[in-house]
Amino acid sequence: MSAPNSSYDPVAPSALDEAAVRAATETAEAAIAAAADLEQLKAVRIEHAGDRSPLALANREIGSLAPAARAEAGKRVGAARGRVKQALASRQHELEKERDERVLLEETVDVTMDYDRDPVGGRHPLTTIQERMADIFVSMGYDVVDGPEVESEWHNFDALNLGPDHPARSMQDTFFVESPDSGVVLRTHTSPVQIRTMLTQQPPIHMVAPGRVFRTDELDATHTPVFSQIEGLAVDRGITMAHLKGTLDHFAEQLFGEGLVTRLRPSYFPFTEPSAELDLQCFVCRGSSVGDPDHPCRTCSSEGWIEWGGCGMVNPRVLRACGIDPDEYSGFAFGMGLERTLMFRHGITDMRDMVEGDVRFTVPFGLEL
Amino acid sequence: MRVPISWLREFAPIPESVGARDLSARLIAAGLEVETVDVVGSGTQGPVVVGRVEHIEELTEFKKPIRFCRLSVGSAHGHPDTPGLREIICGAANFVVGDLVVVALPGATLPGGFEITSRKTYGRTSDGMICAERELGLGDDGSGIMVLPAGSAQPGDDALALLGIGEEVLDIAVTPDRGYALSIRGVAREAATAYDVPFSDPGLELPDLPPPAQEVLPHEGTSADPSACDLFTLRTITGFNPHASTPVWMRRRLIAGGMRSVNLAVDVTNYVMLECGQPLHAFDLDSLRGPVVARRANPGEELETLDHVARTLDPDDVVISDDTGAIGLAGTMGGLTSEIRDDSVNIALEAAHFDARSVARMSRRHKLSSEASRRFERGVDRMVAPIASARATALLLELGGGVYQGMTGFESASPVPTIEISATLPGDVAGMPISADTVVEKLREVGCDVARADGRLSVTAPSWRPDLTDPYDLVEEVVRLVGYDHIPSVLPIVPPHEGWSDERRLTRRVGLAMAGAGFAEVPAYPFIGADDLDALQLPDSDPRRATVRLANPLSDAAPLLRTTLLPGLIATAKRNLSRGAAGLALFEVGSVFLAAGAARAVRPDVNRAPSSEELAALDALLPQQPQHLAVLLAGERAPDGFWGQAHDYGWADAVNAARISARCIQASIRVERGGDPVFHPGRCARLIVAGAAIGSAGELHPRVIEAYGLPARTCAMELDLGALIAAASGITPAPVIGTMPVAKEDIALIVPSDVPVASLRDVLLAAGGELLESVRLFDEYSGAQIEPGKRSVAFSLRFRAPDRTLTAEEVAAARQAAVAAAEAEFGATLRG
Ligand SMILES: [Zn+2]
Repeated sequence: MSAPNSSYDPVAPSALDEAAVRAATETAEAAIAAAADLEQLKAVRIEHAGDRSPLALANREIGSLAPAARAEAGKRVGAARGRVKQALASRQHELEKERDERVLLEETVDVTMDYDRDPVGGRHPLTTIQERMADIFVSMGYDVVDGPEVESEWHNFDALNLGPDHPARSMQDTFFVESPDSGVVLRTHTSPVQIRTMLTQQPPIHMVAPGRVFRTDELDATHTPVFSQIEGLAVDRGITMAHLKGTLDHFAEQLFGEGLVTRLRPSYFPFTEPSAELDLQCFVCRGSSVGDPDHPCRTCSSEGWIEWGGCGMVNPRVLRACGIDPDEYSGFAFGMGLERTLMFRHGITDMRDMVEGDVRFTVPFGLEL
Repeated sequence: MRVPISWLREFAPIPESVGARDLSARLIAAGLEVETVDVVGSGTQGPVVVGRVEHIEELTEFKKPIRFCRLSVGSAHGHPDTPGLREIICGAANFVVGDLVVVALPGATLPGGFEITSRKTYGRTSDGMICAERELGLGDDGSGIMVLPAGSAQPGDDALALLGIGEEVLDIAVTPDRGYALSIRGVAREAATAYDVPFSDPGLELPDLPPPAQEVLPHEGTSADPSACDLFTLRTITGFNPHASTPVWMRRRLIAGGMRSVNLAVDVTNYVMLECGQPLHAFDLDSLRGPVVARRANPGEELETLDHVARTLDPDDVVISDDTGAIGLAGTMGGLTSEIRDDSVNIALEAAHFDARSVARMSRRHKLSSEASRRFERGVDRMVAPIASARATALLLELGGGVYQGMTGFESASPVPTIEISATLPGDVAGMPISADTVVEKLREVGCDVARADGRLSVTAPSWRPDLTDPYDLVEEVVRLVGYDHIPSVLPIVPPHEGWSDERRLTRRVGLAMAGAGFAEVPAYPFIGADDLDALQLPDSDPRRATVRLANPLSDAAPLLRTTLLPGLIATAKRNLSRGAAGLALFEVGSVFLAAGAARAVRPDVNRAPSSEELAALDALLPQQPQHLAVLLAGERAPDGFWGQAHDYGWADAVNAARISARCIQASIRVERGGDPVFHPGRCARLIVAGAAIGSAGELHPRVIEAYGLPARTCAMELDLGALIAAASGITPAPVIGTMPVAKEDIALIVPSDVPVASLRDVLLAAGGELLESVRLFDEYSGAQIEPGKRSVAFSLRFRAPDRTLTAEEVAAARQAAVAAAEAEFGATLRG
């Protein structure tokens, strides 16, 4: 391309003129700023930074200048093109951001909509309370042991010092397997698991046995013929009632809250001696409702204590029936009802809720208690 | 046992300041379970006074007889217009002029908030109310108004005090070992010990009786069987006034003690029984034929007891007899023929000691529990019979006149055992120091004789504590009297154990997985009926028909123990559906019971460990009791929603339930086409673990669905969880993770319709060699474009080598090998 001939067109301002460069730059910058979207900016880019833009043309003129003038003109045009390029990039970024935001806004959904597509399951609280209780004992070093629900009378009664004529035996309303002299019953308590354990293990024995038991009660708000217990047994040298108390206190604290204690009251069970009723300090009022009619406690009926279970030192006759020498070993045992525990721990007021299998009862208890 | 506190105080002078609540707490701490403190006549408030009937006007113009009575009620209580008198309408007729009755005056309140006012009725003004026992809250006798014995009070006396209204009564649940607490005497001993006050024992002192008149020979009574009755006494009283009435104080205590007043003779026997714990029996002497003898029943002997039940006796029963045969069940219930009557003038009074076990067996055998049998089976003081009998005789003579003619009887000496115990044992058992002095002191408080030599104690239990037979019985006495609340709380050191057994741990894991997969756990009762076995369409040969039957089921409709969890789940599902559930995924983990062959009951001696043969014989009695896992699926699996349309549970969900349970414990389960009759014959999977079938899954048989009224296409799964857990892999080897690129190939095979996908996949995998990483079914089709009897199954194959990028040739060769194997094995052909 031939060099411009200034003498040929002396009035035309040179494209490399400082004013012309400034004007082209300002025009470009104004157009960039005015571009409302990426489409417009694309056109602006072609017009003001493309090959045929004033600054590109000016740049091309530089070569026609006298060498002495080239450096300065080059510097001026270069700077101008740099500014325009910068402005373009910056506006591009701005417009892209705006576009992205708009698209994301358009894609907005209502995240509060119900999503109940998948069925929600749950474990029955009778299962999870068993596990929770057993976990506490496992953490103390105990075994968790099972036994059969259909049990021999010998395991369920005889070996537990409940001989055929024992008055306590008639107190238990037992399901007998046909025929009545089959010697087989539905276990009336989890205590036969103690017997099975002691018959197969040598002391030291520390075990809990949660499970289902059966008595011939009709189902009502507070009774069920099929219910659950957890049984505990420790047999070792030198086991005392103090150990029993310590173990139960620890258990109560773990299950109901720090600082809670248990109370033992003398009682009678054929398989323990001494025997005790086990009361739990009320975990709701901690006894503050006693004698305070203005603040009654529904959980403990303002007694301060909740009847929880039975316990005692394993009767030496029971040890003997299992081949354990009572002169060398002693043991403690305890048991409590799981339905009852659930009722006061979770405020369940009707036994039938635990029996009927309504999923609306199971599911809210989740997978762990 | 109901214990009026005033009666207790007669023998244990506990301070007047001690209230019922404090007394209860102390007795509870000593081991007597005070359940409630009742107040006699609770709800009755004055003025309630004694009135004497002065005049009766019979009003006959009404439908029922009505009496308009005028009564003296004392100068302070009369009507202003008729000083000392009140006029009252009464509907009862069991009284005559001159009788003393109980009058509630205007202003009084009776139980139930019933306020007495002066009111117009039957055309007269009734100025109060003549009361029956029941109206005063004194018991359930509402048969007529209460007539007080003549001379027992004056008109105007406060009837509340006279009747003991407002008195507190302890209601104690007596444990089987504490027979002695079935008496005021026994509870008073505990109260005296608890408050450290002197105890005057009514069971130790023989009351003064006049010397036997011997106008007639005392009637002969004896025991023919010392094993059944080791002490028998019979006192003879003649010339008793059968019309003498029971004094108010005695009646008050009987009612407070929970008994009804019958007549003086019966009331006295009951009163002494409550006081001393010794059951007594009064015979009409003139009805007796020959000597009264305690003996075992003869085979086939019969007796009609007081409750009008004719009973055939067992040779183990203990009876009271005369020449006519059995006249009573010893220590349980009298017979009809010799019972004391309202006109009995001559009385034979029996007090005896019967064998506790015999009475317990008899009571159970005849389903007959009485105040007497409850006491004998828990153990009655062997020495107290003559004393109680004398006490009753003295009361009968005092209150009903009569002449004491003397006593006959029988006694066999029984040795009193001595219990040897180390003085340190109670402290060792309790885990706290208890000094030897304390041990001796507490045992003496119980009534034991204690001889001390070095650290050894020789202890003889008192006659009223037959439950104290070995050292630990004594330990319990000492520790309870020291106080359980003194026992320290000490955690024992526990050596390491196994903790959760594998079976328990994995069962828990399965429960978590099922619940996490959307199943709700619903434990059911294990009782089913034969109807269930029929509804499940089980053939006679099905092992699930080998049920265990209960001798005494709660419901005759469900006398069997379950052999499958399905009936329970079905019943639960129906309950949920009837309550509006749209879709259900239920599961249960529980035992089923598979009947074993008949075995003979065994009962090893409990004074030693049973032999292994004996234990095996015991276990042979029991059915197999495997743990099962079952699910039931019905109705909607997903509802309509923004994600799409609702769909229901189907057979595949049921089969998947088995896979979920297996996968979570790394057990390998294999699914085959199954034929369980409970299930749809074309939609039943057999679940195989370690080569053995452990259960079934699929859609229930339409006939099962119909029989139970379940929603169409209800699905289920049941498996032997123990067997599944046994197949859980122990230590899982880590998988090899290939990082080289994967090559994917899809193939569609046309195969005969009865070729199971599971088999096809196994063949493809085996033939594809090490390079074939996985085979996944992604489509199944049969219909228009496929020849009848065949179907198209499409698989995605993924190939990968551990060390290099596979070439196209390598992939093609592996793919071809897989297809060729399918061709060879099943006649499969590649589709299009
Ligand atoms: Zn409370």
